[in-house]
Amino acid sequence: MKKAVRKQVLLQGNEACVEGALMAGCRFYAGYPITPATEIMEIMARKMPGASGVFIQMEDEIASLGAVIGASLAGSKSMTATSGPGFSLMQEHIGYASMAEVPCVIVDVMRAGPSTGLPTQPSQSDVMQSRWGTHGDHPIIVLAPSSVYEFFELTVQAFNLSERYRTPVILLVDELVAHMREGVILPTRDSLEIEDRPHPTVPPEWYIPYADPGTGVPAMPAFGEGYRYHVTGLYHDVRGYPTVRTDEVEPLIHRLFNKISKDYDRLQWFDAFATEDAKITIIAYGCVARAALRAVQQAREKGLKVGLINLKILWPFMRRTISGILENSAKVLVPELNIGQISREVKRINQSRCEVLTLNKVDGTPIKPAEILRTLEEVYS
Amino acid sequence: MREAEHLVHKYLRSSKRFPHIWCSGCGIGIFMQALVRVIDQSEYSKDDIVLISGIGCSGRLPVYVDFNTLHTTHGRALTFATGIKLANPRLKVITVMGDGDAVAIGGNHFIHAARRNVEIASFILNNNVYGMTGGQSSPTTPHGAITASAPYGNIEPDFDICRLAEAAGAVLVARSTVYHTRLLERLIGMALKKKGFSVLEVVSQCTTYTGRFLQLNSPVEMLKWQKDNAITVEKAKQLSDTELEGKIVIGVLVNRERPNYHEQYQSLLGKKSKV
Repeated sequence: MKKAVRKQVLLQGNEACVEGALMAGCRFYAGYPITPATEIMEIMARKMPGASGVFIQMEDEIASLGAVIGASLAGSKSMTATSGPGFSLMQEHIGYASMAEVPCVIVDVMRAGPSTGLPTQPSQSDVMQSRWGTHGDHPIIVLAPSSVYEFFELTVQAFNLSERYRTPVILLVDELVAHMREGVILPTRDSLEIEDRPHPTVPPEWYIPYADPGTGVPAMPAFGEGYRYHVTGLYHDVRGYPTVRTDEVEPLIHRLFNKISKDYDRLQWFDAFATEDAKITIIAYGCVARAALRAVQQAREKGLKVGLINLKILWPFMRRTISGILENSAKVLVPELNIGQISREVKRINQSRCEVLTLNKVDGTPIKPAEILRTLEEVYS
Repeated sequence: MREAEHLVHKYLRSSKRFPHIWCSGCGIGIFMQALVRVIDQSEYSKDDIVLISGIGCSGRLPVYVDFNTLHTTHGRALTFATGIKLANPRLKVITVMGDGDAVAIGGNHFIHAARRNVEIASFILNNNVYGMTGGQSSPTTPHGAITASAPYGNIEPDFDICRLAEAAGAVLVARSTVYHTRLLERLIGMALKKKGFSVLEVVSQCTTYTGRFLQLNSPVEMLKWQKDNAITVEKAKQLSDTELEGKIVIGVLVNRERPNYHEQYQSLLGKKSKV
């Protein structure tokens, strides 16, 4: 291991995202301008040519994700970034990438909706859209950073997960984390674990494109490598050809889910703070988790036994982790910048184990530590 | 016959469960054979070719042929094609779209792909109708025509795909019918060679729907209709707009040079902005 002294740099969240993407090996970016995600595109436009990668500005967000999926099929790690309205347009191709199992990363820097909504203010109102936005049953992985460094780190992980499971991965970020600047020390590329999609280990004539090798994730060659195969958004058999056979349709949709669900144990990513003896545990993510951490510190100073779980993965929902919290706390508080999206999921798995309280703010401003502290004091008994 | 048999075995996927889904008398098969013939005579190997389609009857074409094949979403074939070509410029990227696919739902992608001039050979199979969904009007359905979605006659004007392609910046714009197979093969060859965005409109027949609506009751009648109404670019130049009404102008309509996207992008590689 080389031990170079790494300099601290002042980075904006969106800048850190680009650094993470390039370090993870992203060499294709297609996008369309939209506040508050545009910086990612602008920095990509500057950096991609120097990294021998491709940057292209497309005509809309549908086209952006189409190009990203195409580039991924041709062998490039690829990504795009957008905000609510553009994320709505991308849903069609998120479903395609899920069905055809094409690795790609999509950043959604959230704004409050519906529609054009509040373009410049923080929100967390796309949580459910990130899960169920595209039509049909489908698995999805959604990550939520709460600091500039985490945005870097989770961007690297988004690529790793998308390659490992051959699935679209969404980074769900609020405007505060995207636009905030923090001093960070970026790791070297060598110190990071970078994953690549599974490549066929057999010659082309032996290759069956959608056969399950046992991991649930079929091997994926790039177009042009000699493994000529068919890719479609239709239900397909193991050769990739369209099918309506019940004994082929159902196994496919189950495999798509199982390839991720079999690893639920590995996908429990969170930071816990003072949860061991907590009577009230806060469940938060994104910028709200930062305010919650401050509130918990202040509450502890006042002698209140409260704790915090900061969720890094929103979907698949970390049922195991959250169940543990619900088991051991008298109350949980779920503060969110939406009308109640993750809290709904917490309530769904709670099964009357404890009292689930919510703190929802939807006026376009962030939740302040004092607001969370006040709520904690009110409900603490 | 012997040559056709040879091409079938060389280019069609033996692992695919035939028969294909197209109606008997459909023009898509004629185009597919022409495409395979031209590729067979070209320098491209099967590994070099990526064949991309959208949704509809034409969308089903790639699955039958032994290339790198991609059946995308409705209207978006060109967006995937753009990503593939730029990620690996060594690949020969071909798209096959229908009329509704290319210029209705995919109209925005079509004009910007032409404007950008990414090297993509795009073939548009124009049968003037949404065939797969049961014969609704498309942007190229003639004014006045009866369709499943215009039971009292189509009150919208139709689109001239080639004029749209020309205005948007395509460097090669051509039209053939599936009746004119030799011309079709020659134009496919030109499109494959062109170092930019090329558009070949292939006037084809939907015997099941367009044929019924136009009261052309057999594939033969429809092909004869193509033969009788087609007129070469050269001859068309001598005719007035009124005389050209209802005619299908076939041949090379535009052939020009313009730097393509990839060549220009190459010149940016290695640049490091100080900004």
